[in-house]
Amino acid sequence: MTPVEIRAEIISILEDIAPDEDLSQLQDDVPFREQIELDSMDFLDIVMELRKRHRVQIPEDDYQQLASMASTVAYLEPRLKDA
Amino acid sequence: MYDTIIIGAGMSGLAAGIRLAHYEQRVCILERHNTIGGLNSFYRLRGRDYDVGLHAVTNFTPPGTKRGPLARLLRQLRFQWEDFALAPQIGSAIAFPGVELRFNNDVELLASEIAREFPAERDNFRRLIQRLVDYDDLNPAHFEASARQVLDQTIGEPLLREMILCPLMWYGNAAERDMPFGQFCIMFRSIFLEGFARPLAGVRLILRNLIRRFRSLGGELRLRAGVARIKVEGSRAVGVVLDNGQELQARRILSSAGLVETLRMCDDARRPGAQTVGQMSFVEAISILDRQPQQFGHDRTIVFFNDSDQFHWQRPGALCDLRTGVVCSPNNYAYAAGEGLPDGVLRISALASYDRWSALEEDQYRLEKLRWYDRLTEAAVRFVPDYRPYVIDTDMFTPTTIHRYTWHHNGAVYGAPEKRLEGRTHLDNLFLCGTDQGFVGIIGGIVSGITIANKHCLKD
Repeated sequence: MTPVEIRAEIISILEDIAPDEDLSQLQDDVPFREQIELDSMDFLDIVMELRKRHRVQIPEDDYQQLASMASTVAYLEPRLKDA
Repeated sequence: MYDTIIIGAGMSGLAAGIRLAHYEQRVCILERHNTIGGLNSFYRLRGRDYDVGLHAVTNFTPPGTKRGPLARLLRQLRFQWEDFALAPQIGSAIAFPGVELRFNNDVELLASEIAREFPAERDNFRRLIQRLVDYDDLNPAHFEASARQVLDQTIGEPLLREMILCPLMWYGNAAERDMPFGQFCIMFRSIFLEGFARPLAGVRLILRNLIRRFRSLGGELRLRAGVARIKVEGSRAVGVVLDNGQELQARRILSSAGLVETLRMCDDARRPGAQTVGQMSFVEAISILDRQPQQFGHDRTIVFFNDSDQFHWQRPGALCDLRTGVVCSPNNYAYAAGEGLPDGVLRISALASYDRWSALEEDQYRLEKLRWYDRLTEAAVRFVPDYRPYVIDTDMFTPTTIHRYTWHHNGAVYGAPEKRLEGRTHLDNLFLCGTDQGFVGIIGGIVSGITIANKHCLKD
């Protein structure tokens, strides 16, 4: 997947997890938590949805890499390059 | 071989099942009863639908709310707010001799009632709310503190302390006399800061949503499939043996049957301590009326009553204790225009002793049910308009009934006083959810199932 495709996929996951949030104004360099209401359960869901949809395993120590859209895409790019 | 076997198809088991099935686990929910719901089930009697547990869904927050247990569980289970079709309460009350405090889903009403009845306590009540907001519900040391002690420190007027405790204990205190401060905070938020609501179709609607979702995700539900034993090898559970002798294997087991109840199933037969057994059980007298309660001047959703200045929350020595009780009218919710329940309904709950009820012979049991229906009604009409002339049908459940359908030890509705907040047991892959994990009620049960599934059953 390209970075653009990965970003679109994360948006799709966020829409699934938090359907009430307006994601059109999401800034990629700002942590998700400062822009939308996400708790630790929601972050677990991002990880679980990635595993379900793309078979990518994210160890718990790496969850912090998913703080913002930019860091998430950067983290996933090598892991999803053949997906 | 299942990934997870869940014991019990109540709110927590179904919610956990949805989470695990959504993430592609092979999940089987085993339920001993012939229907789902557990402590929040339903039945039909002489042509009418009844809810078992549901007086009110607590933790009501309006659509679009992003925080709080309701918003969290809707997101986690991928439901829309509209799926639960919650109609908010009209307004409830805490009634003690000579004093009534009304409250609804806006805490300002309660604050203004307290300011009117107890002017000196106005700021103290604000301080109490502040203390609750600061409370950290993940810290077990805070959880076990005494709610009565915190109230003694914040509220000066003893009567007001009792009045605040009354609804909170009624809707979720497994312990006698005092209440863990953590539980107090959870209940205070869920009742006074969030509030009451109900779907027109009652608990059936919530259960139908849960079970449909679980099945659509490939989850398996087996009714009339009680677990007789949990097979143990070393420090692990390896499977279960059903009442009919069939054996099932699983990588892990999640039990909503209760702590003592679950430990007793285990092959290694753990003897639980006495403090882990719950004592608080109830009777309920249900009256079907030929008119809507508002037609004879009863416009309260729920009335928590107590007939003296002291609120007594403990297992009665007699069959029932009528000094305190709850009067619930499922008619008195703000349903959509033109919608409502066909009959008037009033439900009266009182404290009851499982030991006393379960010791009765069959004939005597029936007689006592009739006798206590009358006494409960008499106790209630001290605080609500006398509805006895309008009664067209009645039903009554006792601690024995609760035990028969939920297998909860002592018919203890809120389970054991000592909670297992982490959801762990002595076995590495046997976990607890539901009442004895720590959250009670419909919303609490669902959140419990989600929390424990996330914590222990999803990540590996």
